[in-house]
Amino acid sequence: MKRSSLPLLTTIAVLVFFYFPLVLVTIESFNASKYGGPWTGFSLRWYKTLFTDAEVFRALKNTLIVGVVSTLVSMVLGTVAAFALHRFKGKLQAAHYGLIYLPLVVPDILMGISLLLFFVALKVELSLVTISIAHISFCISYVTMVVLGRLQDFDFSVMDAAQDLGADRLTAFRKILLPLLAPGILAGGLLAFTLSIDDFVITFFVSGPGSTTLPVYIYSMMKHGSPPVINALSVVLLAVTFVLVLYSQFLNHGGKENA
Amino acid sequence: MPPFLSFENISKSFGSHKAVDNVSVDVSRGEIFSLLGPSGCGKTTLLRMCAGFEEPDSGRILLDGVDITNIPPHKRKVNTVFQNYALFPHLSLRENIAFGLRIAKRPEKEIQAEVDKMLDLVQLTDHADKLPAFISGGQKQRVAIARALINKPQVLLLDEPLAALDLKLRQRMLVELDGIHDEVGITFLYITHDQGEAMGISDNIAVMNQGRIEQIGKPTEVYEAPRSSFVAAFIGDTNFFEGTVTEEKGTEYLTVKIDGFPDVTVFNDKNAHKGDPVYLSIRPEKFSVSVEKPAENEHVNAVEGIVEEVIYMGSHTRYWIRVQDYRISTNRQHIRYALDEKPIQWKDRVWLSWRTDDGYMLERYAAADEKLLILPEE
Repeated sequence: MKRSSLPLLTTIAVLVFFYFPLVLVTIESFNASKYGGPWTGFSLRWYKTLFTDAEVFRALKNTLIVGVVSTLVSMVLGTVAAFALHRFKGKLQAAHYGLIYLPLVVPDILMGISLLLFFVALKVELSLVTISIAHISFCISYVTMVVLGRLQDFDFSVMDAAQDLGADRLTAFRKILLPLLAPGILAGGLLAFTLSIDDFVITFFVSGPGSTTLPVYIYSMMKHGSPPVINALSVVLLAVTFVLVLYSQFLNHGGKENA
Repeated sequence: MPPFLSFENISKSFGSHKAVDNVSVDVSRGEIFSLLGPSGCGKTTLLRMCAGFEEPDSGRILLDGVDITNIPPHKRKVNTVFQNYALFPHLSLRENIAFGLRIAKRPEKEIQAEVDKMLDLVQLTDHADKLPAFISGGQKQRVAIARALINKPQVLLLDEPLAALDLKLRQRMLVELDGIHDEVGITFLYITHDQGEAMGISDNIAVMNQGRIEQIGKPTEVYEAPRSSFVAAFIGDTNFFEGTVTEEKGTEYLTVKIDGFPDVTVFNDKNAHKGDPVYLSIRPEKFSVSVEKPAENEHVNAVEGIVEEVIYMGSHTRYWIRVQDYRISTNRQHIRYALDEKPIQWKDRVWLSWRTDDGYMLERYAAADEKLLILPEE
């Protein structure tokens, strides 16, 4: 029987649809042309401009601070939430699950506006702190979902076994549960980090003067900057995100094989 | 000699479900004692209480004279081989086995020496540095045993240790387990739903059903002298007959009338009297099946029937023979199949006979236990 070529064509179409724009940006970032468009020669000058721009580095620093803080906080809170969701089954837990799930489905713009209103109502000055809080509020959900997934196919009999072999609860948690869950928690953290560093919509609403993050800065460059530099910056961001996601996938997968 | 491990009037409920209902069991030092029963009979709950993972609602557990009922699991000198092994996936076999000693903070040198000894006992020295994901089921099983035994527990609890293995490996591991027991001499409490395993490995068996103990005894006792229809039907296969005592033949034997049968002589070990209803259990292998009518003998009962179903099993053939309302399951061994008399076939008219001592009178009978019997579709 002749195999249908439809799956192959579909795959190619999907790949083109998803990745062609990224490829285009990457190519354009090496284009010597000042306004993008037709290829006029290979050049690294946009990268050079990018790496000598102090504003970019300030934005990058802000992004990383927010990213690291919100990742660490949401790793702890998200893991705790996942434990609570997995361990205790009550009526309130359905509501708890809903609350955790909500940020995954609520439109960013809605989250942005409501967070802004919240901060304004509380008269909190917009700064890196408000951005971090905003990021934590949605990062928790991702960490929780990843860790919860790990917990759901976690074989808790190893905890019984550890206690049976003389370990008290704390020791069993430290020596068995934590090492086994670490890849999941880390994967959730990496996911949170990637989401944090490239979040634009929510950050746009809750960032104040002096607390510009990279995505917000890129947006302002779009308006009155040079497109090729944005291309170069996008490629750098793309590369970082790609590596992080790949590593998080690897962690989540490699850990499971052993389980 | 006082029992080494004893469960005294243990009860445990989960919600409205009585998992264990006033169970008392005594286990002697050094023996292999099995808790045998279908899933949900309470045997695992009993084991978990012995390990300390559950607390009984009432009753107490004594180990070597000490009440351990409320001692937390990590402080009991009891170790468990879990059903799914519960090996630590992130630790090598060596570290899995060493876990208990590490927790006990024993000197490194001693730990290594003990682990080496255990690896040798379970023949895994060559695989010591592998992770559990990279060894076979039988090897995991051995690691689980070594990991528990290294702590020199007073009792080793085995929770369906062979359930996850395939048949051949199960049989081999059973022999191996028996060998390990001979070597270490530790008391084993063995949980299983597999009557073959229990019979093969145990010194004593407690047969459980619906949270209660049905019978405790040596494998031969529970097989040959089942007290209830449940024990008779759950362990091996059997046939049930319902009758009434019509005559007492001295103190030892009775004449029993079973519908559709000629008078049947039954050994009277239950002190039954004329007019009493009786329930008999007769194992399939106790019957002789022959084409010729067997010679009259006061110690042999015989009845004529028709072969309804034949299943060739290699070492023996199973025949289901109809006598009135009864479909009687019988086994017939092949000593020399090809040279035997003409094989008995479907629809043949045959004679069934059994020794008067082989029709065993049950103390308790429940019609529901008929469901456990192996019968072909009607």
